[in-house]
Amino acid sequence: MLILDHLSKIYPNGTRALGDVSLDVGSGEIVALIGGSGCGKTTLLRLISGLELPSLGAVSVDGEKISAPHPAVGIVFQEPRLLPWLTVAQNIGFGLDHLPKAERDARVDEALLRVGLAGYGPRWPRELSGGQAQRVAIVRALVTRPKALLLDEPFSALDALTRASLQDHLLALWDSHRPTLVLVTHDVEEAVALADRAIVLQPKPGRIFADIAIELPRPRDRLSQDFAEAKRQVMSALDGSLTQPQPSTQNSKAQAAGWW
Amino acid sequence: MSEAGTLEQPLERQQAAASSASRRFAVSGSTLLLGFVLPVGAALAYEAAFRFGLVQARLLPPPSKVGSTLWDLARSGELSTHVIATMTRVLLGFGLGALVGMLLGALTGSSSTARKLLDPTLQALRAIPSLAWVPLFILWLGIFENSKIALIATGVFFPVYLGVMAAIANVDRKIVEVGRAFRLSKTALARRVLLPAILPDFIVALRSGLGLGFMFVVAAEIMGASEGLGYLLVDGQQLGKPDQILAAIIAFAILGKIFDWLLVSGSRPFLTWQDSHSRAA
Ligand SMILES: Nc1ncnc2c1ncn2[C@@H]1O[C@H](COP(=O)(O)OP(=O)(O)OP(=O)(O)O)[C@@H](O)[C@H]1O
Ligand SMILES: [Mg+2]
Repeated sequence: MLILDHLSKIYPNGTRALGDVSLDVGSGEIVALIGGSGCGKTTLLRLISGLELPSLGAVSVDGEKISAPHPAVGIVFQEPRLLPWLTVAQNIGFGLDHLPKAERDARVDEALLRVGLAGYGPRWPRELSGGQAQRVAIVRALVTRPKALLLDEPFSALDALTRASLQDHLLALWDSHRPTLVLVTHDVEEAVALADRAIVLQPKPGRIFADIAIELPRPRDRLSQDFAEAKRQVMSALDGSLTQPQPSTQNSKAQAAGWW
Repeated sequence: MSEAGTLEQPLERQQAAASSASRRFAVSGSTLLLGFVLPVGAALAYEAAFRFGLVQARLLPPPSKVGSTLWDLARSGELSTHVIATMTRVLLGFGLGALVGMLLGALTGSSSTARKLLDPTLQALRAIPSLAWVPLFILWLGIFENSKIALIATGVFFPVYLGVMAAIANVDRKIVEVGRAFRLSKTALARRVLLPAILPDFIVALRSGLGLGFMFVVAAEIMGASEGLGYLLVDGQQLGKPDQILAAIIAFAILGKIFDWLLVSGSRPFLTWQDSHSRAA
């Protein structure tokens, strides 16, 4: 459904952020992109969203080539990026301008209910906590019913408890329309809790190091043996991705220390 | 000269000034009264000193004299003639200067080509003290209203232009990207993202512009007018009537304050979303 075909990205300043990334994501699949800092995860997401164009290669969604932001692809940034001059409800309805007001209001109310923020519609973004704002950002992208939703470390700024509950919220939201999810994360536990596949990236230039299927039934028990095993598997691939290139041991050690 | 200072200040400081001003409007009644203690107390003390014969009031008339002069001017209808003349000039000049400043600021703020093309020239023009234009304006536009309005508009133009340009150029890329991600057209992006984002800075720019508008209306009227509050000033000087000068100054202060208040309170409903330091204070 989502096809990345030999993507490369070289920024105008000469940084080679991605080198030859190819990936095929099925409809309704949840894919976690995981990798060290600076290995090109955000770049990859921005290419898929059409906010940035690849230097080489192409992204296509359902056979349609992406050359600008596409209605079938939504994105949630690392920060909530709510528009401060709109109320929570108006923020959620931001992408629904084309719908009649009644339908827009209905979708917004339903979205608020689903993320446990019923009654928060008239509030200003400044009156929300970080976790609440991030929930609003997620439903703002979801109410337009995209076929694919991209999330860039959406929970990384939150504490572990809030993060786990938002992961559950995200899964519940996903379950209602089953969009394809591409989720960037630093957190192995998050990848294993959510994803069908963990794609481990390797830096300089960013490319795919390992593609690990996580075939645990949902809902997943974070304390189970299988969960721990999957985590171990992803973790060791991640370690491998950081030591593999071995330009010099000293260098890779520094990278390993800094990956998270 | 305080208005002239405003023009040179960096935008952050102008913003700080504006937010402290908006806080002023939010203060409770008792704090408001506190602000009156010094001027009212000084006026009463001076009045008392005059009554007890402690001061010669030839050059600085007591408040009661200024008040009665103001009252006489108001009753004879003279005051309203002058106020209307001055207000008309300020409003026309401000409207013209703010409109052109807004349009050019929007152009240079949103297009880097336009900025490279226009901004250096406009900055060079800004370096010219606006009063230096007066002889030319008089030659071109005559000694009556047109040259006065042109002068006021010139004074208003620069702070509005600079403020709008900086506000647009500084809109957060991350917020603009949200608009792009939702595939807003250029006009929708301007209306739904850029406009609300620059509104607070825009109001600040308008307020600085208005301050300069009042400064230049005085200059224009002092240099030659047969009516207007500035004319009252000159007339008072020539006839040796300090009470009339003070009455005109007070009228200026009240007018300026009213206009600024109208701007601020008119824009406040659109700015309730702001997450500013002054709201918490
Ligand atoms: N706009 C840009 N211009 C130039 N280089 C950039 C730009 N954005 C990112 N880079 C570079 O591209 C590389 C990949 O950056 P990217 O932001 O995609 O990393 P990331 O995997 O998201 O890292 P993190 O986990 O820290 O967010 C980095 O080396 C970075 O310095
Ligand atoms: Mg990133």
